[in-house]
Amino acid sequence: MTSFAGWQMPLRYASETAEHLAVRRAAGLFDLSHMGEIAVAGPQAGAALDYALVGNLSALRPGRARYTMICAEDGGVLDDLVVYRLDEDEFLVIANAANTDVVFSSVLERSAGHDARVTDATGDYALVAIQGPAAAGILAPLAGGLDLGAIRYYAGAFGEVAGHRAWVARTGYTGEDGFEVFCRPEDAVPIWEALASGGTGAGLVPAGLAARDTLRLEAGMPLYGNELGPDVTPFEAGLGRVVKFDKPGEFVGREALAARASSGPIRRLAGLTIQSRRIARHGYPVLADGEACGTVTSGAPSPTLGVPIAMAYLEPGADGDDHELAVGIRGTQVPVQLTDLPFYRRRT
Amino acid sequence: MSVPADLRYTPEHEWVSIEGTTVSVGITEYAAQQLGDVVYLSLPPAGTSVTSGEPCGEVESVKSVSDLYSPVDGEVIEVNSELEDDPSLVNAEPYTAGWMFRVRVAPDGNGNPALPADLLSAGEYEELTKSAG
Repeated sequence: MTSFAGWQMPLRYASETAEHLAVRRAAGLFDLSHMGEIAVAGPQAGAALDYALVGNLSALRPGRARYTMICAEDGGVLDDLVVYRLDEDEFLVIANAANTDVVFSSVLERSAGHDARVTDATGDYALVAIQGPAAAGILAPLAGGLDLGAIRYYAGAFGEVAGHRAWVARTGYTGEDGFEVFCRPEDAVPIWEALASGGTGAGLVPAGLAARDTLRLEAGMPLYGNELGPDVTPFEAGLGRVVKFDKPGEFVGREALAARASSGPIRRLAGLTIQSRRIARHGYPVLADGEACGTVTSGAPSPTLGVPIAMAYLEPGADGDDHELAVGIRGTQVPVQLTDLPFYRRRT
Repeated sequence: MSVPADLRYTPEHEWVSIEGTTVSVGITEYAAQQLGDVVYLSLPPAGTSVTSGEPCGEVESVKSVSDLYSPVDGEVIEVNSELEDDPSLVNAEPYTAGWMFRVRVAPDGNGNPALPADLLSAGEYEELTKSAG
Protein backbone atom coordinates (compact mmCIF):
# COMPACT_ATOMS: atom_id res chain seq x y z
CA MET A 1 0.00 0.00 0.00
CA THR A 2 1.14 3.54 -0.63
CA SER A 3 -0.15 7.02 0.11
CA PHE A 4 -1.28 8.75 -3.08
CA ALA A 5 -2.91 12.20 -3.14
CA GLY A 6 -4.43 11.56 0.28
CA TRP A 7 -5.67 8.06 -0.59
CA GLN A 8 -4.32 4.69 0.52
CA MET A 9 -3.65 2.86 -2.74
CA PRO A 10 -2.33 -0.59 -3.62
CA LEU A 11 1.02 -0.13 -5.40
CA ARG A 12 0.96 -3.82 -6.29
CA TYR A 13 -1.01 -6.90 -5.24
CA ALA A 14 1.80 -9.36 -6.05
CA SER A 15 4.29 -8.78 -8.89
CA GLU A 16 3.75 -5.56 -10.86
CA THR A 17 5.35 -7.20 -13.90
CA ALA A 18 2.89 -10.11 -13.77
CA GLU A 19 0.00 -7.64 -13.32
CA HIS A 20 1.18 -5.65 -16.33
CA LEU A 21 1.42 -8.74 -18.54
CA ALA A 22 -1.99 -9.98 -17.39
CA VAL A 23 -3.55 -6.73 -18.64
CA ARG A 24 -1.81 -7.10 -22.03
CA ARG A 25 -2.73 -10.79 -22.42
CA ALA A 26 -5.97 -11.27 -20.43
CA ALA A 27 -7.33 -8.68 -17.99
CA GLY A 28 -6.59 -6.63 -14.90
CA LEU A 29 -8.91 -5.16 -12.27
CA PHE A 30 -8.10 -1.71 -10.90
CA ASP A 31 -9.55 0.25 -7.96
CA LEU A 32 -9.46 3.86 -9.19
CA SER A 33 -11.84 5.36 -6.65
CA HIS A 34 -9.27 8.09 -5.92
CA MET A 35 -10.04 9.81 -9.23
CA GLY A 36 -11.98 13.06 -8.92
CA GLU A 37 -15.51 13.36 -10.33
CA ILE A 38 -16.89 16.83 -10.95
CA ALA A 39 -20.51 17.02 -12.07
CA VAL A 40 -21.56 19.88 -14.34
CA ALA A 41 -25.31 20.01 -15.00
CA GLY A 42 -27.82 22.43 -16.44
CA PRO A 43 -28.98 23.89 -19.76
CA GLN A 44 -25.64 25.72 -20.26
CA ALA A 45 -23.36 23.00 -18.87
CA GLY A 46 -21.78 22.43 -22.31
CA ALA A 47 -21.17 26.13 -22.86
CA ALA A 48 -19.65 26.44 -19.37
CA LEU A 49 -17.21 23.60 -20.14
CA ASP A 50 -16.38 25.11 -23.54
CA TYR A 51 -15.21 28.23 -21.71
CA ALA A 52 -13.50 26.40 -18.83
CA LEU A 53 -11.65 23.70 -20.84
CA VAL A 54 -9.69 23.69 -24.11
CA GLY A 55 -12.02 21.18 -25.83
CA ASN A 56 -15.33 21.55 -27.63
CA LEU A 57 -17.57 19.80 -25.11
CA SER A 58 -20.90 21.28 -26.25
CA ALA A 59 -20.37 19.31 -29.48
CA LEU A 60 -19.99 16.04 -27.59
CA ARG A 61 -23.01 13.79 -28.07
CA PRO A 62 -24.76 12.26 -25.02
CA GLY A 63 -23.20 8.90 -24.23
CA ARG A 64 -19.79 9.87 -25.55
CA ALA A 65 -16.46 10.69 -23.85
CA ARG A 66 -13.65 13.09 -24.71
CA TYR A 67 -10.01 13.40 -23.58
CA THR A 68 -9.31 17.09 -22.90
CA MET A 69 -7.42 19.50 -20.66
CA ILE A 70 -7.97 22.47 -18.41
CA CYS A 71 -5.37 25.21 -18.82
CA ALA A 72 -4.40 28.36 -16.96
CA GLU A 73 -4.63 31.79 -18.61
CA ASP A 74 -0.95 31.43 -19.62
CA GLY A 75 -1.65 28.11 -21.37
CA GLY A 76 -0.07 25.90 -18.69
CA VAL A 77 -1.87 22.61 -18.07
CA LEU A 78 -3.82 22.47 -14.79
CA ASP A 79 -4.97 18.91 -15.43
CA ASP A 80 -5.77 16.43 -18.16
CA LEU A 81 -9.33 15.14 -18.05
CA VAL A 82 -11.81 12.71 -19.45
CA VAL A 83 -15.27 14.26 -19.82
CA TYR A 84 -18.40 12.12 -20.22
CA ARG A 85 -21.68 13.54 -21.46
CA LEU A 86 -24.03 11.42 -19.39
CA ASP A 87 -27.12 13.17 -20.74
CA GLU A 88 -28.04 16.28 -22.73
CA ASP A 89 -27.67 18.56 -19.69
CA GLU A 90 -25.29 16.47 -17.57
CA PHE A 91 -21.52 16.10 -17.81
CA LEU A 92 -19.05 14.26 -15.57
CA VAL A 93 -15.47 15.56 -15.52
CA ILE A 94 -12.84 13.06 -14.35
CA ALA A 95 -9.81 14.70 -12.75
CA ASN A 96 -6.56 13.33 -11.36
CA ALA A 97 -6.88 12.83 -7.60
CA ALA A 98 -4.19 15.37 -6.74
CA ASN A 99 -5.89 18.00 -8.93
CA THR A 100 -9.54 17.47 -7.98
CA ASP A 101 -9.72 20.61 -5.83
CA VAL A 102 -8.04 22.81 -8.46
CA VAL A 103 -10.23 21.48 -11.26
CA PHE A 104 -13.41 21.84 -9.19
CA SER A 105 -12.67 25.40 -8.07
CA SER A 106 -11.52 26.47 -11.56
CA VAL A 107 -14.57 25.01 -13.33
CA LEU A 108 -16.86 26.51 -10.67
CA GLU A 109 -15.28 29.95 -11.06
CA ARG A 110 -15.24 29.78 -14.88
CA SER A 111 -18.89 28.70 -15.04
CA ALA A 112 -20.05 31.97 -13.49
CA GLY A 113 -22.74 33.56 -15.67
CA HIS A 114 -23.75 30.21 -17.16
CA ASP A 115 -26.90 28.33 -16.19
CA ALA A 116 -24.93 25.36 -14.86
CA ARG A 117 -24.39 23.75 -11.45
CA VAL A 118 -20.88 22.55 -10.64
CA THR A 119 -20.44 20.07 -7.78
CA ASP A 120 -17.52 18.01 -6.51
CA ALA A 121 -19.10 14.55 -6.69
CA THR A 122 -15.91 12.60 -5.89
CA GLY A 123 -17.47 11.19 -2.73
CA ASP A 124 -20.53 9.96 -4.65
CA TYR A 125 -18.55 7.64 -6.93
CA ALA A 126 -16.26 4.66 -6.67
CA LEU A 127 -14.46 3.58 -9.85
CA VAL A 128 -13.53 0.03 -10.79
CA ALA A 129 -11.73 -0.49 -14.11
CA ILE A 130 -11.43 -3.77 -15.96
CA GLN A 131 -8.83 -3.59 -18.72
CA GLY A 132 -7.41 -6.03 -21.22
CA PRO A 133 -8.43 -8.15 -24.21
CA ALA A 134 -10.60 -10.40 -21.98
CA ALA A 135 -12.35 -7.47 -20.26
CA ALA A 136 -15.49 -7.37 -22.42
CA GLY A 137 -15.98 -11.13 -22.14
CA ILE A 138 -15.73 -11.02 -18.35
CA LEU A 139 -17.97 -7.97 -17.92
CA ALA A 140 -20.71 -8.97 -20.39
CA PRO A 141 -22.43 -11.72 -18.35
CA LEU A 142 -22.43 -9.43 -15.27
CA ALA A 143 -23.76 -6.38 -17.12
CA GLY A 144 -27.27 -7.62 -17.71
CA GLY A 145 -29.20 -5.54 -20.17
CA LEU A 146 -26.14 -3.66 -21.45
CA ASP A 147 -25.03 -4.40 -24.99
CA LEU A 148 -21.27 -3.89 -24.55
CA GLY A 149 -20.75 -4.29 -28.27
CA ALA A 150 -22.81 -1.15 -28.79
CA ILE A 151 -20.55 0.85 -26.44
CA ARG A 152 -17.79 2.08 -28.71
CA TYR A 153 -14.32 3.26 -27.64
CA TYR A 154 -14.77 6.54 -25.75
CA ALA A 155 -18.47 6.00 -25.17
CA GLY A 156 -20.53 4.96 -22.15
CA ALA A 157 -23.99 3.93 -20.99
CA PHE A 158 -25.96 3.55 -17.78
CA GLY A 159 -26.75 -0.02 -16.79
CA GLU A 160 -26.34 -2.56 -14.05
CA VAL A 161 -23.17 -4.44 -13.10
CA ALA A 162 -23.71 -7.36 -10.74
CA GLY A 163 -27.14 -5.90 -10.06
CA HIS A 164 -25.89 -2.43 -9.10
CA ARG A 165 -26.53 0.70 -11.12
CA ALA A 166 -23.40 2.08 -12.81
CA TRP A 167 -22.09 4.25 -15.63
CA VAL A 168 -20.11 1.85 -17.81
CA ALA A 169 -17.61 3.52 -20.15
CA ARG A 170 -15.23 2.05 -22.71
CA THR A 171 -12.27 4.13 -21.57
CA GLY A 172 -9.00 3.48 -19.75
CA TYR A 173 -5.37 4.31 -19.21
CA THR A 174 -3.63 1.11 -20.25
CA GLY A 175 -3.62 1.04 -24.06
CA GLU A 176 -5.96 -1.98 -24.02
CA ASP A 177 -9.65 -2.41 -24.65
CA GLY A 178 -11.51 -2.17 -21.37
CA PHE A 179 -14.20 -0.56 -19.28
CA GLU A 180 -14.44 1.84 -16.40
CA VAL A 181 -17.37 1.23 -14.06
CA PHE A 182 -18.49 4.28 -12.06
CA CYS A 183 -20.73 3.18 -9.20
CA ARG A 184 -21.92 4.21 -5.77
CA PRO A 185 -19.17 3.68 -3.13
CA GLU A 186 -21.28 1.09 -1.26
CA ASP A 187 -21.61 -0.97 -4.46
CA ALA A 188 -17.88 -1.04 -5.25
CA VAL A 189 -17.04 -4.12 -3.17
CA PRO A 190 -19.79 -6.36 -4.60
CA ILE A 191 -18.96 -5.18 -8.15
CA TRP A 192 -15.23 -5.80 -7.55
CA GLU A 193 -15.90 -9.26 -6.13
CA ALA A 194 -18.24 -10.23 -8.96
CA LEU A 195 -15.69 -9.17 -11.60
CA ALA A 196 -12.80 -10.80 -9.71
CA SER A 197 -14.52 -14.16 -9.37
CA GLY A 198 -16.07 -13.96 -12.84
CA GLY A 199 -12.67 -13.26 -14.39
CA THR A 200 -10.41 -15.70 -12.60
CA GLY A 201 -10.86 -18.41 -15.22
CA ALA A 202 -10.02 -15.93 -17.99
CA GLY A 203 -6.75 -14.88 -16.31
CA LEU A 204 -7.93 -11.66 -14.65
CA VAL A 205 -5.78 -10.44 -11.74
CA PRO A 206 -6.08 -7.39 -9.49
CA ALA A 207 -3.56 -4.75 -10.61
CA GLY A 208 -2.05 -1.85 -8.67
CA LEU A 209 -0.69 1.64 -9.32
CA ALA A 210 2.75 0.37 -10.37
CA ALA A 211 1.32 -1.68 -13.25
CA ARG A 212 -1.02 1.18 -14.18
CA ASP A 213 2.04 3.42 -14.56
CA THR A 214 4.03 1.03 -16.77
CA LEU A 215 0.95 0.27 -18.90
CA ARG A 216 0.21 3.92 -19.60
CA LEU A 217 3.91 4.60 -20.29
CA GLU A 218 4.06 1.84 -22.93
CA ALA A 219 0.87 3.30 -24.43
CA GLY A 220 2.56 6.75 -24.60
CA MET A 221 -0.04 8.37 -22.37
CA PRO A 222 1.07 11.36 -20.29
CA LEU A 223 0.90 11.43 -16.49
CA TYR A 224 0.15 14.73 -14.79
CA GLY A 225 3.13 15.73 -12.67
CA ASN A 226 5.52 13.94 -15.05
CA GLU A 227 4.77 14.89 -18.67
CA LEU A 228 2.15 17.53 -17.84
CA GLY A 229 2.18 20.45 -15.44
CA PRO A 230 1.59 24.20 -15.15
CA ASP A 231 4.92 24.88 -16.93
CA VAL A 232 3.88 22.81 -19.99
CA THR A 233 1.28 23.59 -22.66
CA PRO A 234 -0.51 20.80 -24.56
CA PHE A 235 1.72 21.54 -27.59
CA GLU A 236 5.04 20.48 -25.98
CA ALA A 237 3.37 17.26 -24.89
CA GLY A 238 2.42 16.54 -28.51
CA LEU A 239 -1.26 16.95 -27.59
CA GLY A 240 -2.03 20.26 -29.32
CA ARG A 241 -4.93 18.53 -31.06
CA VAL A 242 -6.98 18.74 -27.83
CA VAL A 243 -7.04 22.56 -28.12
CA LYS A 244 -10.07 23.49 -30.24
CA PHE A 245 -9.45 27.02 -31.49
CA ASP A 246 -12.43 26.81 -33.86
CA LYS A 247 -15.03 26.16 -31.16
CA PRO A 248 -17.68 28.82 -30.51
CA GLY A 249 -16.89 31.52 -27.97
CA GLU A 250 -13.95 32.41 -25.78
CA PHE A 251 -12.05 30.00 -23.54
CA VAL A 252 -9.49 30.37 -20.80
CA GLY A 253 -5.95 30.27 -22.18
CA ARG A 254 -6.88 30.85 -25.84
CA GLU A 255 -4.52 33.77 -26.44
CA ALA A 256 -1.45 32.15 -24.89
CA LEU A 257 -2.16 28.82 -26.55
CA ALA A 258 -2.64 30.44 -29.99
CA ALA A 259 0.72 32.17 -29.60
CA ARG A 260 2.38 28.89 -28.64
CA ALA A 261 0.73 27.03 -31.52
CA SER A 262 2.27 29.40 -34.06
CA SER A 263 5.63 29.93 -32.33
CA GLY A 264 8.94 28.49 -33.50
CA PRO A 265 10.51 25.21 -32.40
CA ILE A 266 9.70 24.19 -28.88
CA ARG A 267 10.93 21.39 -26.65
CA ARG A 268 8.99 18.29 -27.40
CA LEU A 269 8.11 15.02 -25.74
CA ALA A 270 10.07 12.09 -27.13
CA GLY A 271 10.25 8.35 -26.53
CA LEU A 272 13.53 6.66 -25.58
CA THR A 273 14.56 3.02 -25.33
CA ILE A 274 17.64 1.90 -23.44
CA GLN A 275 19.94 -1.00 -24.26
CA SER A 276 20.59 -1.82 -20.62
CA ARG A 277 18.60 -2.98 -17.65
CA ARG A 278 19.05 0.36 -15.94
CA ILE A 279 16.04 2.65 -15.79
CA ALA A 280 16.12 6.32 -16.81
CA ARG A 281 13.92 7.84 -14.13
CA HIS A 282 11.96 11.07 -13.71
CA GLY A 283 14.37 14.02 -13.55
CA TYR A 284 17.45 12.30 -15.00
CA PRO A 285 19.32 14.40 -17.61
CA VAL A 286 19.37 13.58 -21.34
CA LEU A 287 22.57 14.40 -23.23
CA ALA A 288 23.20 14.87 -26.97
CA ASP A 289 26.88 14.31 -27.81
CA GLY A 290 27.64 14.80 -24.11
CA GLU A 291 25.78 18.13 -23.78
CA ALA A 292 22.62 18.48 -21.69
CA CYS A 293 19.61 18.59 -24.03
CA GLY A 294 16.62 17.50 -21.98
CA THR A 295 15.12 15.77 -18.98
CA VAL A 296 13.45 12.41 -18.46
CA THR A 297 9.81 12.72 -17.34
CA SER A 298 8.93 9.01 -16.82
CA GLY A 299 10.88 5.77 -17.08
CA ALA A 300 10.26 2.11 -16.38
CA PRO A 301 11.08 -1.34 -17.61
CA SER A 302 8.73 -2.29 -20.44
CA PRO A 303 7.50 -5.82 -19.79
CA THR A 304 6.10 -5.96 -23.34
CA LEU A 305 9.27 -4.83 -25.15
CA GLY A 306 11.73 -6.35 -22.67
CA VAL A 307 13.87 -3.19 -22.40
CA PRO A 308 13.59 -0.05 -20.29
CA ILE A 309 11.65 2.81 -21.88
CA ALA A 310 11.30 6.47 -21.02
CA MET A 311 9.66 9.69 -22.08
CA ALA A 312 11.68 12.89 -22.00
CA TYR A 313 11.43 16.54 -23.00
CA LEU A 314 14.17 17.33 -25.54
CA GLU A 315 15.33 20.77 -26.67
CA PRO A 316 14.75 21.65 -30.34
CA GLY A 317 17.32 19.99 -32.60
CA ALA A 318 18.35 17.35 -30.08
CA ASP A 319 16.10 14.76 -31.67
CA GLY A 320 17.87 14.51 -35.03
CA ASP A 321 19.52 11.29 -36.17
CA ASP A 322 22.92 12.96 -36.19
CA HIS A 323 23.26 13.05 -32.40
CA GLU A 324 24.46 10.39 -29.97
CA LEU A 325 21.85 10.47 -27.20
CA ALA A 326 22.47 9.25 -23.66
CA VAL A 327 20.82 9.47 -20.27
CA GLY A 328 22.86 10.29 -17.18
CA ILE A 329 21.97 7.50 -14.77
CA ARG A 330 23.54 8.30 -11.41
CA GLY A 331 26.84 9.44 -12.92
CA THR A 332 27.02 7.01 -15.85
CA GLN A 333 26.11 7.96 -19.42
CA VAL A 334 23.94 5.19 -20.82
CA PRO A 335 23.22 5.29 -24.60
CA VAL A 336 19.54 5.62 -25.59
CA GLN A 337 17.64 5.42 -28.88
CA LEU A 338 14.87 7.75 -29.99
CA THR A 339 11.69 5.74 -30.40
CA ASP A 340 8.35 6.80 -31.85
CA LEU A 341 5.49 7.11 -29.35
CA PRO A 342 3.58 5.10 -28.39
CA PHE A 343 5.93 2.25 -27.53
CA TYR A 344 2.98 -0.16 -27.68
CA ARG A 345 -0.18 -0.15 -29.76
CA ARG A 346 -2.71 -2.93 -29.41
CA ARG A 347 -3.77 -4.80 -32.51
CA THR A 348 -7.37 -4.05 -33.37
CA MET B 1 7.31 -14.05 5.46
CA SER B 2 10.22 -16.42 5.63
CA VAL B 3 13.25 -15.67 7.85
CA PRO B 4 15.54 -18.74 7.84
CA ALA B 5 16.88 -19.50 11.33
CA ASP B 6 20.39 -20.45 10.11
CA LEU B 7 21.19 -17.01 8.66
CA ARG B 8 22.26 -13.73 10.27
CA TYR B 9 20.74 -10.38 9.31
CA THR B 10 21.35 -6.63 9.21
CA PRO B 11 18.95 -3.74 9.89
CA GLU B 12 19.41 -2.87 6.17
CA HIS B 13 17.47 -6.07 5.37
CA GLU B 14 20.40 -8.15 4.16
CA TRP B 15 21.11 -11.73 5.12
CA VAL B 16 24.52 -13.37 5.52
CA SER B 17 25.38 -17.04 5.43
CA ILE B 18 28.67 -17.93 7.10
CA GLU B 19 30.81 -20.90 6.04
CA GLY B 20 34.33 -20.75 7.48
CA THR B 21 35.66 -17.35 6.45
CA THR B 22 33.40 -17.11 3.39
CA VAL B 23 30.24 -15.04 3.80
CA SER B 24 27.41 -15.08 1.22
CA VAL B 25 25.19 -11.99 1.05
CA GLY B 26 21.67 -11.35 -0.23
CA ILE B 27 18.57 -9.36 0.64
CA THR B 28 15.69 -10.71 2.70
CA GLU B 29 12.26 -11.72 1.46
CA TYR B 30 10.84 -8.74 3.35
CA ALA B 31 13.19 -6.39 1.46
CA ALA B 32 12.38 -8.01 -1.88
CA GLN B 33 8.65 -7.62 -1.27
CA GLN B 34 9.05 -3.98 -0.23
CA LEU B 35 11.13 -3.18 -3.35
CA GLY B 36 8.86 -4.97 -5.80
CA ASP B 37 10.18 -6.62 -8.95
CA VAL B 38 13.99 -6.26 -9.10
CA VAL B 39 15.15 -5.31 -12.62
CA TYR B 40 18.86 -4.46 -12.26
CA LEU B 41 21.70 -5.05 -9.82
CA SER B 42 25.00 -3.28 -9.58
CA LEU B 43 27.25 -5.58 -7.53
CA PRO B 44 30.86 -5.09 -6.37
CA PRO B 45 33.17 -7.03 -8.74
CA ALA B 46 35.44 -9.77 -7.41
CA GLY B 47 38.55 -8.22 -5.85
CA THR B 48 36.70 -5.24 -4.38
CA SER B 49 37.37 -4.43 -0.73
CA VAL B 50 34.12 -3.86 1.11
CA THR B 51 33.48 -2.32 4.53
CA SER B 52 30.57 -3.16 6.76
CA GLY B 53 27.85 -0.52 6.70
CA GLU B 54 29.23 1.13 3.54
CA PRO B 55 27.33 1.16 0.21
CA CYS B 56 28.85 -1.32 -2.25
CA GLY B 57 26.19 -1.56 -4.97
CA GLU B 58 22.61 -0.83 -6.02
CA VAL B 59 19.37 -2.73 -6.22
CA GLU B 60 17.02 -1.28 -8.83
CA SER B 61 13.35 -2.25 -8.90
CA VAL B 62 10.49 -1.06 -11.11
CA LYS B 63 9.69 1.72 -8.67
CA SER B 64 12.97 2.55 -6.89
CA VAL B 65 16.75 2.45 -6.60
CA SER B 66 18.27 1.42 -3.26
CA ASP B 67 21.84 1.22 -2.05
CA LEU B 68 23.21 -2.17 -1.19
CA TYR B 69 25.34 -2.16 1.99
CA SER B 70 28.09 -4.60 2.76
CA PRO B 71 27.25 -6.41 5.99
CA VAL B 72 30.90 -7.38 6.63
CA ASP B 73 34.53 -6.28 6.11
CA GLY B 74 36.53 -8.21 3.53
CA GLU B 75 37.23 -8.87 -0.12
CA VAL B 76 34.60 -9.86 -2.69
CA ILE B 77 35.56 -13.26 -4.15
CA GLU B 78 32.50 -14.09 -6.27
CA VAL B 79 29.41 -12.43 -7.73
CA ASN B 80 26.18 -14.23 -8.69
CA SER B 81 26.38 -13.85 -12.48
CA GLU B 82 22.94 -15.50 -12.91
CA LEU B 83 21.37 -12.27 -11.64
CA GLU B 84 22.73 -10.38 -14.64
CA ASP B 85 20.33 -12.28 -16.92
CA ASP B 86 17.58 -12.84 -14.40
CA PRO B 87 17.39 -10.27 -11.59
CA SER B 88 13.91 -11.58 -10.73
CA LEU B 89 15.61 -14.46 -8.88
CA VAL B 90 16.01 -11.96 -6.03
CA ASN B 91 12.19 -11.87 -5.70
CA ALA B 92 11.58 -15.54 -6.46
CA GLU B 93 14.28 -17.11 -4.27
CA PRO B 94 15.85 -14.40 -2.11
CA TYR B 95 17.68 -16.84 0.22
CA THR B 96 18.97 -19.33 -2.37
CA ALA B 97 19.29 -18.60 -6.11
CA GLY B 98 18.99 -14.87 -5.38
CA TRP B 99 22.27 -14.62 -3.44
CA MET B 100 24.29 -11.59 -4.59
CA PHE B 101 27.98 -11.85 -3.68
CA ARG B 102 30.49 -13.71 -1.50
CA VAL B 103 33.10 -12.03 0.69
CA ARG B 104 36.25 -13.52 2.23
CA VAL B 105 36.46 -12.22 5.77
CA ALA B 106 39.79 -12.05 7.66
CA PRO B 107 40.03 -14.58 10.55
CA ASP B 108 40.17 -13.33 14.13
CA GLY B 109 42.83 -14.56 16.65
CA ASN B 110 41.02 -17.90 17.06
CA GLY B 111 40.71 -18.64 13.34
CA ASN B 112 37.01 -17.70 13.29
CA PRO B 113 35.74 -15.10 10.79
CA ALA B 114 35.89 -11.56 12.19
CA LEU B 115 32.25 -10.45 11.95
CA PRO B 116 30.60 -7.24 13.05
CA ALA B 117 29.12 -7.63 16.56
CA ASP B 118 25.77 -6.16 15.55
CA LEU B 119 24.56 -8.86 13.10
CA LEU B 120 21.02 -9.90 14.05
CA SER B 121 19.66 -13.37 14.71
CA ALA B 122 16.57 -14.54 12.78
CA GLY B 123 14.39 -13.79 15.83
CA GLU B 124 15.82 -10.28 16.23
CA TYR B 125 15.37 -9.56 12.53
CA GLU B 126 11.76 -10.77 12.60
CA GLU B 127 11.06 -8.40 15.49
CA LEU B 128 12.53 -5.56 13.46
CA THR B 129 10.31 -6.19 10.43
CA LYS B 130 7.24 -6.50 12.63
CA SER B 131 7.90 -3.16 14.31
CA ALA B 132 8.41 -1.62 10.84
CA GLY B 133 4.88 -2.79 9.97
